[in-house]
Amino acid sequence: MAAALLEMRNIDKVFPGVRALSNVDFTLHAGEIHSLMGENGAGKSTLVKVLTGVYPKDGGTIHLNGREISPKTPKEAQEEGISTVYQEVNLCPNLTVAENIFIGREPRRFGFIDWKEVNRRSVELLQKLDVDIDVNKTLDNYPVAIQQMVAIARAVDVDAKILILDEPTSSLNEGETARLFKIVRQLQKQGMGIIFISHFLEQIYELCDHITILRNGELVGSYEVAKLPRLELIARMVGKDLNDVKDMDKMAEKSVPSEEVFIETDHAASIGQIKDVSLQIHKGEVIGFAGLLGSGRTETAEMLFGLKDVTGGQLKINGKAEKLANPMAAMKDGIAFCPEDRKLAGIIGDLTVRENIILALQAMDGMFTHIPYSEQVKLADQFIEKLRIKVSDRDQLIKNLSGGNQQKVIIARWLATHPQFLILDEPTRGIDVGTKTEIQKMAVELAKTEGMSVAFISSEMDEMVRTCSKLIVMRDRRKVAELTGEQVSSDGVMQAIAGGDN
Amino acid sequence: MEKLKNFTSSSLFLPVVALAVLLVFNGIFVEGFFDIQVTEDGRLFGRVIDILTRSSSLVILSLGMTLVIATSGIDISVGAVVAISAAVVCTLIGGRGDGVAETPMLLAMLASVGIGILCGLWNGLLVAKFKIQAVVATLILMTAGRGVAQLLTEGQIITVYYKPFASIAGVIPGMPLPTNVFIALAMVAFVAIVMKKTSIGLFIQSVGINPTAAKYVGINVTMVLFLVYAFSGFCAGVTGLIESSLIRAADANNAGLNMEMDAILAVALGGTLLSGGKFYLGGSVIGAITIQTLTTTLYALGVSADQLPVVKAVAVIAICLIQSRKARDLFEKWKNRGNGAAAAGAKAVNKA
Repeated sequence: MAAALLEMRNIDKVFPGVRALSNVDFTLHAGEIHSLMGENGAGKSTLVKVLTGVYPKDGGTIHLNGREISPKTPKEAQEEGISTVYQEVNLCPNLTVAENIFIGREPRRFGFIDWKEVNRRSVELLQKLDVDIDVNKTLDNYPVAIQQMVAIARAVDVDAKILILDEPTSSLNEGETARLFKIVRQLQKQGMGIIFISHFLEQIYELCDHITILRNGELVGSYEVAKLPRLELIARMVGKDLNDVKDMDKMAEKSVPSEEVFIETDHAASIGQIKDVSLQIHKGEVIGFAGLLGSGRTETAEMLFGLKDVTGGQLKINGKAEKLANPMAAMKDGIAFCPEDRKLAGIIGDLTVRENIILALQAMDGMFTHIPYSEQVKLADQFIEKLRIKVSDRDQLIKNLSGGNQQKVIIARWLATHPQFLILDEPTRGIDVGTKTEIQKMAVELAKTEGMSVAFISSEMDEMVRTCSKLIVMRDRRKVAELTGEQVSSDGVMQAIAGGDN
Repeated sequence: MEKLKNFTSSSLFLPVVALAVLLVFNGIFVEGFFDIQVTEDGRLFGRVIDILTRSSSLVILSLGMTLVIATSGIDISVGAVVAISAAVVCTLIGGRGDGVAETPMLLAMLASVGIGILCGLWNGLLVAKFKIQAVVATLILMTAGRGVAQLLTEGQIITVYYKPFASIAGVIPGMPLPTNVFIALAMVAFVAIVMKKTSIGLFIQSVGINPTAAKYVGINVTMVLFLVYAFSGFCAGVTGLIESSLIRAADANNAGLNMEMDAILAVALGGTLLSGGKFYLGGSVIGAITIQTLTTTLYALGVSADQLPVVKAVAVIAICLIQSRKARDLFEKWKNRGNGAAAAGAKAVNKA
């Protein structure tokens, strides 16, 4: 085998109170697509950040093409030829596409930026990726998928030897993903080493040659994809026996809703957001809102939480007509909402886990009261244990947790308010397989044991099919179908999305 | 040992150290700095007391400013609001030569504090309801405020001869310290109790860190913003009383001049980031006292009033550098440069 392009040996990284990486080895060859796998908090992101100079390493060596490097800033890493496209698009939405691609390294002419050259090369780069857009429009004009492509165009142009893709497909649909894969393979042929991080197993098996597994900051092993069956991969990731995993994969039985309706809408509409939605959500029911991105499923959830006005039709809670003017009104009626965008609308990063957990309950109690500290500690500890949130202590800042654990804290925040209706919008996005299953199970458990109504919104169809006892299918901001019982299947949803008005 | 470590990593550590350095410097170079004398009627005299008295206005302003900044806003109108409040109280009491008050003093005081709150509500309206950026929104009142004060005083400097008015910033017979020190203490205590007994502080931080998420947990963001700007206006109103009582007059051009900048500086020195979020009231109070100590020190060393800003700026740069993370990192690197060079040398030897 040819000499390795990248060799990381005995990498250590310690954060206050946590050993994030210990003695991790990682080898990448030129022309290889290598996946980094592990549960949330296993150390994937940390390893990538050490490689790209975001975090200084505490021990170990990194060799690139046989030469030792130790990048101290992302810029240094880039100059060494290591480019990264992060999970959340790290571009400036208010700059044009061309500016985004060349920001910080604009081609110059007589000391001034050569805009003609910038535009010409931007178009050229994007055409290579099969993207044909106006590069003079600001980035926020384009959907996330295009933004992702722009990020990749930027990364690829800097003469990269290594390209790191951190969850690049989490906001892409199937067509876009396929296009991305085509590009990645093309780059692979050019001899680039590619590190691909994703939670989608299918994609990894489709695309990658090699898998390196991490668990709790330690190396589990490095394998050829062809020789590692999926179940074994999951078993190694969670550190369990194969048989345990098989059990884990079987979903507990679905919840059986009661006759009582908690919330219902009758031809509800919200100007510019929702055209026509009629639904009934029963107590003890897990209902799914299915549909493509932009179909109005998130907007429906937001309407039920008082974030969007009901401008037409009716909304009833427990049989009484209600107008939810703001989130607090919805909360008072026992509704809770875990938003889709965890970072933007969920966590309050600089507050502690404890403060984040009690926040909604405190908001309901009002500004001029105060939950006693001892009570806060009790609540926080109770949920940290119950939801198995991985924290060093309850007063750790939430921004330092992994995505899955942040999500659990947000869920804990709402469970603390004892809701009757819990809305989970994309609760499993960007979260590892183990935690995903935990959250799905929890949704069903809550409906079963506490008679809670749960709305489950997800882009992953099989996840909803497994969890929900009823599915509302949305298209073009209207409800187009309602599936129950046997109809709740991927096939049923597809047909409803595709197949006219039935 | 554990306690010491807790203290050095606490947010109050650097502001306290900065103040301590200044005090030690004073103790060495200014004769009789720490001397406190007691007069026959029980009043305290001395430079330290002087600093405390003079810093009370800034302490009060920095309380309001801290909360505003914590919501990632800023209030640069407080200096002008001080002038308005001073104008209101002096106009109401009136400048009659025979020393008779035209309006009962208590009423006049309430009115001027009320005007302060009103100004704060105006700022709150612009920021919270109309979503104007805080600097711009409060800039309006900053520029217009002094004009309003001029209108109230009809362009005159109103001198108040009514005797009790002087006692707001003076000593009430029988008390050891001037009244404004007690006012500042009361305000600090009030805010401390409110922060302890309510969750306003938590909500302010939430709004400052992530307003969208704060809205999604049911926090009334608009209400929180209104509250902090109104409180900042209230603080400016109280300061207006003190400042006018100090000179027994309303000077629309000079009352509270540039105080907004000192208040912002006090907050920054106290460790609260201007980007909002976590705030440190204790730090701001110490920051305000530090600024006043610096001014008093410089006067004591014979720096003239014209040159004062220059020397003050140098001292502020020094204090800010001590607190800057980047500067500390650079310092660490510089300290470790010997080790680094040695390690590099060893490596070179290995390769050879």
